[in-house]
Amino acid sequence: MENKNYASGEVTIRVRGLKKDFADVSVLKGIDIDIHKGDVVCVIGASGSGKSTFLRCLNLLEQPTGGSIYFEGADLTDKKVDLNLHRQKMGMVFQQFNLFPHMSILENLTCAPVMLKKATPEQAKAKAMELLARVGLADRADSYPSQLSGGQKQRVAIVRALCMEPDVMLFDEPTSALDPEMVGEVLDVMKELAKEGMTMVVVTHEMGFAREVSNRVIFLDDGVIAEEGTPAEIFENPQCERLQSFLAKVL
Amino acid sequence: MNWFAKLQETFLEDNRYMWLVEGLGNTLLITLGALIIGVIIGAVIAITKYFCEGNKKLRIFNWLCDLYTTVIRGIPVTVLLLVFFYIIFVSVKDGVPVAIVAFGINSGAYMAELIRSGINAVDKGQMEAARSLGLSKGQAMAKIIFPQAIKNILPAIGNECIALLKETSVAGYVAVVDITKAATNIRNKTFDAVNPILLLALVYLVMVVAMTRLLAVLERRLRRSDGK
Ligand SMILES: Nc1ncnc2c1ncn2[C@@H]1O[C@H](COP(=O)(O)OP(=O)(O)OP(=O)(O)O)[C@@H](O)[C@H]1O
Ligand SMILES: [Mg+2]
Repeated sequence: MENKNYASGEVTIRVRGLKKDFADVSVLKGIDIDIHKGDVVCVIGASGSGKSTFLRCLNLLEQPTGGSIYFEGADLTDKKVDLNLHRQKMGMVFQQFNLFPHMSILENLTCAPVMLKKATPEQAKAKAMELLARVGLADRADSYPSQLSGGQKQRVAIVRALCMEPDVMLFDEPTSALDPEMVGEVLDVMKELAKEGMTMVVVTHEMGFAREVSNRVIFLDDGVIAEEGTPAEIFENPQCERLQSFLAKVL
Repeated sequence: MNWFAKLQETFLEDNRYMWLVEGLGNTLLITLGALIIGVIIGAVIAITKYFCEGNKKLRIFNWLCDLYTTVIRGIPVTVLLLVFFYIIFVSVKDGVPVAIVAFGINSGAYMAELIRSGINAVDKGQMEAARSLGLSKGQAMAKIIFPQAIKNILPAIGNECIALLKETSVAGYVAVVDITKAATNIRNKTFDAVNPILLLALVYLVMVVAMTRLLAVLERRLRRSDGK
C-alpha cells in the first residue's frame, strides 16, 4: 500500500527488476520503484552500495544488465527508443559539476537548448539569464567555469540542466565535492526547486537535507532497496539492522 | 676575392637568390598543404577509432585505421615520397602536389595518435554531461570533446608542424625544387658550397624559431579564452 505522504501524481519513472553487473560483480540485484511526479526521493546508503550506479541507470548513462526503466511511459532500455530525446527531459547534476571549461557560463547554459533546437539563441539566452539571476549568478554570465567557486559551479550546473526544462532532475551527491561553507548555497537552490514541485532523485550524504526536503527516502544495501519510507519512518524508526547501523554511523 | 664579393657572385648573379625564394615558396606550400591534410586525416582516424572501439560491428573500421598508422609509420617518409611519385602518381609530372599528398598522408598517421591522446585526455564527465543533456555522441564530440582535445594538444601539433617543415627538405628526391633543392642547384652552378648551405641552414632556423614564437602566442591566447 502506498503511504499517503507519497506524491500521488502520475508515475514519472518506473523501475522494474533493475540489475547491473560490472564484469563479475553484481552491483544492483533487482530494484523496483515508482517515482511519481513531484516526488523528491533521496537515495542513501554506504559508499559502494551502488547509489551512483542506480542513478546513472535511470538515464542510461550506465547500461542496465537487466530489467526496465520506464520514463513517462517509454521503456528506455528498449533499443528502438530515442534515448537522446528522453534524456532532454531528465536533467542530471554531477558531483564533479562537469561544466564545459572551454565555454563561458552563458554558452554552457545555451549550447544544448540551441543545438537541440529547443529554443532560438535569443530565447535560450533569455531563459538562461532568468535562471542565472534566480541562483544569484547573473553577473557571472560571461565568466568561464575556472573562474567560479565550487558552489557557484554547481549552481550553474543545476541551471544548465534546468535550461532544458526537464521533467525530472537527477542529482549524484551534488555537494560532496564542495567546501563545507558552500554546501548551503547549493542545497538552498535544490530546496527551492523541490518547493516548486520539481520531481527529483537525489543521491546524498546530507541527512539533514533528506529529512527536511524529501518525501521519500530509499536505503540501498547489497544491491537492493533494503528499506524505503518517509523521512520520519527512515530516520526515526528504522526497521532493518543494516539501516540502523548505517544511521548510527552517519548521524 | 673577399667573402662579400663571393656572396654577390653566388646569389646575385643571374638573380640566383630568386631560386631560393621560389624554393622557399614550395617548402611553405608543401608544409601547409601537408599540415591541413594531416590534421584532417588525423581527426577522421581519431574520431573513427573513438566511435568504433568496443563495437563489434564496426571493428573493421578500427582495424583499417590501425593498418594505416602501422604501414605509414613503418615507412620512412623519403621512401613514401618515392612510392607516391614513381608508383602511384606516375602520370603527374609536377612534384609539388604529389609531395603535399605524401607528406600529408605521412603526417596524418602521427596526427591521429596525437588527436587520440587529446580526446582521451578530456575528462570522461564531459561526455556524460553532454549526453545527459540529450546531445548525441556525435554532437557531443563536435561541440564538447573535440574542441577541448585540440586545445590540449595544440603544442604537440605545433611541434609536428615544425618537424614537418624540416622533413620537407627531402622533397628534392621527386623533382620538387624546394629551398633545399634550390640551394643545391646554386651550389652546383657556382661551385660555392659553403655559402648556399650556410644560408639554407639559417633560413630553416629562422622559420622554426618564428613558428615556435607564433605557437607560444597562440597558446597564451587560447589559455586566456578559458579564463585561466
Ligand atoms: N565502471 C565500473 N566498472 C567496474 N566497477 C564499477 C564501475 N562503476 C562502479 N563500480 C563498482 O560498483 C560498486 C558501486 O559503485 P557506486 O559508484 O554506484 O557506489 P556509490 O554507492 O555511489 O558509492 P559512493 O557513495 O562512494 O559514491 C562499487 O563497488 C564500484 O567499485
Ligand atoms: Mg557515488
